[in-house]
Amino acid sequence: MTLFGLSSQALFGQLLLGLINGSFYAVLSLGLAVIFGLLNIINFAHGALYMVGAFVALLGLEYLGMNYWVALVAAPLVVGLLGVVIERGLLRHLYKLDHLYGLLLTFGLALIAEGVFKYFFGVSGSSYAPPEQLQGGVDLGFMFMPLYRGWVVLASLTVCVATWYVIERTPLGATLRAATEKPQLVQALGINVPVLVTATYGVGVALAAFAGVLAAPVMQVNPVMGSNLIIVVFAVVVIGGMGSIAGSIVTGLGLGIVEGLTKLIYPEASAVVIFVIMIVVLLLRPAGLFGKQA
Amino acid sequence: MSTLTSSPAARGSATESRHLLGWTLALAFGLAAPWFIYPTFLMKVLCFALFASAFNLLLGFAGLLSFGHAAFFGASAYVCAGLAKNLGLSPELSILGGTTVAAALGALFGWLSIRRSGIYLTMITLALAQLVFFVALQMPFTGGEDGLQGVPRGALLGLLPLGDNQAMYYFVFAVCLAGFWLIRRTVHSPYGQVLKAIRENEPRAISLGYDVNRYKLLAFVLSAALAGTAGALKALVFQLASLTDVHWHMSGEVVLMTLLGGLGTLLGPGVGALVIVTLENELADKVGPWVTVIMGAIFVVCVLAFRRGIVGELLALRGPRSDTPPGGGH
Repeated sequence: MTLFGLSSQALFGQLLLGLINGSFYAVLSLGLAVIFGLLNIINFAHGALYMVGAFVALLGLEYLGMNYWVALVAAPLVVGLLGVVIERGLLRHLYKLDHLYGLLLTFGLALIAEGVFKYFFGVSGSSYAPPEQLQGGVDLGFMFMPLYRGWVVLASLTVCVATWYVIERTPLGATLRAATEKPQLVQALGINVPVLVTATYGVGVALAAFAGVLAAPVMQVNPVMGSNLIIVVFAVVVIGGMGSIAGSIVTGLGLGIVEGLTKLIYPEASAVVIFVIMIVVLLLRPAGLFGKQA
Repeated sequence: MSTLTSSPAARGSATESRHLLGWTLALAFGLAAPWFIYPTFLMKVLCFALFASAFNLLLGFAGLLSFGHAAFFGASAYVCAGLAKNLGLSPELSILGGTTVAAALGALFGWLSIRRSGIYLTMITLALAQLVFFVALQMPFTGGEDGLQGVPRGALLGLLPLGDNQAMYYFVFAVCLAGFWLIRRTVHSPYGQVLKAIRENEPRAISLGYDVNRYKLLAFVLSAALAGTAGALKALVFQLASLTDVHWHMSGEVVLMTLLGGLGTLLGPGVGALVIVTLENELADKVGPWVTVIMGAIFVVCVLAFRRGIVGELLALRGPRSDTPPGGGH
C-alpha cells in the first residue's frame, strides 16, 4: 500500500515517531506552562531536570535494581523534591525582580547539572532497555507498532489530560488559577500561597522527570539530552502561546507530527521546521496560536 | 564627599576629566600590553569584551534580553572566514562582510522578536539562533562539524601583513576601541537616553510619542552588527570559524560576562569578559567539565547576591547614583 508515493509503513512509522516526539514536547511545555503560570519564571532548568529524571531511572536500575515501573514513580518524586529545594532555596528570592533573573538563575542551574553529569558519565550516553512487558510489537495491518512507542504516547496523553483536568476542572485548579491572577487576595482568603507555589514548581519539574523516564528507552540517556530538547520546547511554547494548558498539549503533539512528516518528505529541513513555523506564527499571531493577545 | 559641595557644572567637568584620564590610561595600557602579556590571550579578551559590550547595549540600556547573540557572532565569523579563505578578500573587507550579515540578521531577529516582550523575546531570539546553528551545521560551505579552518589573516589594506601576532593585536585593538567608542557615544546620545527611558518605563515612552519599536529595532541592529564585528575579528585571530561560535552556549556565555561585569555599565562587560576568558584559559585543562559547573555557579551567585556585577558594585561603593540597575523594578 502506498500513500503520496510513500509506503504506508514508512508514513505511519514516521507519524508515530513524530507523535512520540510530540508527546515529549507536550509534557515538557505543559510543565513549563504550569510553572510559568504561578511563578512567572521560564524554567530554563526544565531540560536539565528531564535529563536528571532519565538518569535517576538508569542509575536506579544499575545500582538499586529499580525496575522501569518503579522508576516511573520514583524519578518524578526525586526530581520533584529537588524542585522543592530549588524553589525554597533559590527561586524564592527572585519573585520581586524582573522575570529575566529567574530565567538566568535556572540557566545557571542547567549548566551545573549538565556539567556534573558530564563529569561522571561523559557525553556519549547509555541505553536503557524498555520493560519486558513492553518489548516487541504488534502488527496493525498498515504498520508494525513497537509496543513501547505506543505506551509512550498513551502515558504522555494520560498525564497531559489529567493535568489539564486538575487545573481547569477541579477546586484545586480553581485556587491555583486564582492565585495566578491575585495572589494577595487568595492569601487573604486563608490559602497558603507560598506553599502552593513551592508545590507547583515541584509538580512542574516532576512532569519533566516523568518525560525523562519515558524517553530513556527510546532516546540515548546522556547529559545533553535535555539541553538540545529544551530549545525546541521553547519554540513550541512561543508557537502555542503560554496562556493555555490545552494549547501546550495540542501544539506539542501537532508540532511533533509536523516534524515527523518533514523528516519523511524533506529530511534536510526536519531540524529547522519548528523554528520556521515559529517565525510564520509570530508574523501572523504574535501571541501564539492559543495565547491571549496582549 | 567633595562632590556634595561642588556645583553640578563643576561635578560634570570633574567627571569629564576623570573619564579622559581613564581613557588615556586604558589606551596606554592597551598599546603596551602585548609586550608583556601573550597577544593571543589579549586579542581573545578584546573580542569577547566587544561582544559583551555589544550585547550589553541591548540588555543593559534597552532592557532587551537576547539569548541568541551567538547567531550574530557566529554567522559573522563564518562569513568573514569564508570571504577571507574562499574568495581571498582582504581582512577589512571580510570583517565588513561579516558585520553586514550580522546587522541584517539583527534586523530580522529584532523585527521578529520585538513583537513580543520580556521572556518571550528571550525565547524567540534563542530559537532563531538555533535556526542559524542548524544552517551552520548543514550548509555545504561551513565545513560541518569541522568548521572553517586555516583562515588566512591577509594583509590590512593590502599593505600590512597581519600574520604576526603583534600586528594583528594592534589591528584588533584599534577596531575594538572604535567599537567601544561607538557604544559610548550611542549610550550618551539622545538616542541612548530614549533607550533608557524605554527600559525604565515603556508605556510612558510610548505616551511621550516615541516610536518605541523603531528604537528597539535600531538597538538590535547596532548590537548585532557590533557582535558581528567581534565574531569576525575572532575568526581572523584564531583563523577558525566553528560551531562553538554559533552554539547557544556562546549566547549564555556572553550573558554571563555581562552580568558578572555589571549590567548597564560601560566598563562592566569588558571586565566580565576578562574574568571569564581568564577563568576558561586557566581552568580548561585542569578541571574539564567542571568549567561548565563553575560557570553555572557564577550565574547563580550573580543572580542571587551580586546583580550589579563587579563594576556595578564598585560604582555603588563610590556613592549613591541616580542610575538604578535595570530590572530592579518592572
